[in-house]
Amino acid sequence: MSMAEVKDTPLVVAGREFRTRLIVGTGKYKDNATMVNAIRASGAEMVTVAVRRIDLDRTKEEGILYHLDPEEFLLLPNTAGCYTAEDAIRYARLARAAGFTEWLKLEIIGDQTTLLPDTHATIEAARVLVAEGFKVMAYTNEDLIAAMRLEDAGCVAVMPLASPIGSGLGLVNPYYIREIKRRLAVPVIVDAGVGTASDACVTMEQGVDGVLMNTAIAAAADPVAMGRAMRLAIEAGRWAYLAGRMPSREIAVPSSPTQGMLDS
Amino acid sequence: MTEAETIVVQVNGKERLLPTGLSVYGLLESFGLSPALVVVEKNREILERSRYGDVRVEDGDVLELVHFVGGG
Repeated sequence: MSMAEVKDTPLVVAGREFRTRLIVGTGKYKDNATMVNAIRASGAEMVTVAVRRIDLDRTKEEGILYHLDPEEFLLLPNTAGCYTAEDAIRYARLARAAGFTEWLKLEIIGDQTTLLPDTHATIEAARVLVAEGFKVMAYTNEDLIAAMRLEDAGCVAVMPLASPIGSGLGLVNPYYIREIKRRLAVPVIVDAGVGTASDACVTMEQGVDGVLMNTAIAAAADPVAMGRAMRLAIEAGRWAYLAGRMPSREIAVPSSPTQGMLDS
Repeated sequence: MTEAETIVVQVNGKERLLPTGLSVYGLLESFGLSPALVVVEKNREILERSRYGDVRVEDGDVLELVHFVGGG
């Protein structure tokens, strides 16, 4: 069977088609050249950015738009660093003004140690931002109810975590991620916690629509190589899902015929 | 009584003395910032870029100058 016979449909979010199911972040890179090369190697089309004060003393680097062409990549501003709905809404509006974009990754954290999301505040902020015309992609946890509420609030995608941000622990709860995917109509994109290629592959095997990652690529010893690995892992996981895996079982079943043995 | 020549404004969390009559555009210029890449929040209100030239910075203003940076 040739590759051409197994067809996939593209990722569609808020009516827009994407060539790839991988979304990447732009944080934590050691330098901007590495960032751009790693993102290109990953094939990602959509990249997240954060909103911060300009360093008026110019001791830090300039803003990211010096290095990332918005013609080449679709910018997805995030509300990272926000702990309340009020803050997230403020940052969202600033992001929209900065990027002339309605796209938004809504992230409201409830605990500084684990960086786990405050789903209650996220649902509240989502309702306000959706009403203001934002295309809200909401970062959440594996709670099915929170995911359903975010969809009801009008989010264009729901993004449950694999494991805590920057932890590299991979997909710790595949069961509930699968259930979220079964129950929601909007795209489900797993965001946060991916550590290496196999994590991304396993995540896509659950049937989700995409994966968002940052640290896994940026903090690899060779981010460009990891970007390439992730591109392949996303594809491998997706094909494996579409192929319909064999059932697993705890007894062995021979792969070669048991009949026709010599001396039988 | 002459008009004060300087005003006190908070910009990105720091108090600064600025000349009276400065426009927001002028303020950005003084920091070497390109208006196209900056979002200005003046007293918690986002300013439309087209107004940067018209709007004056006033005594007691709280300004936030923000832009996009790398993030996950």
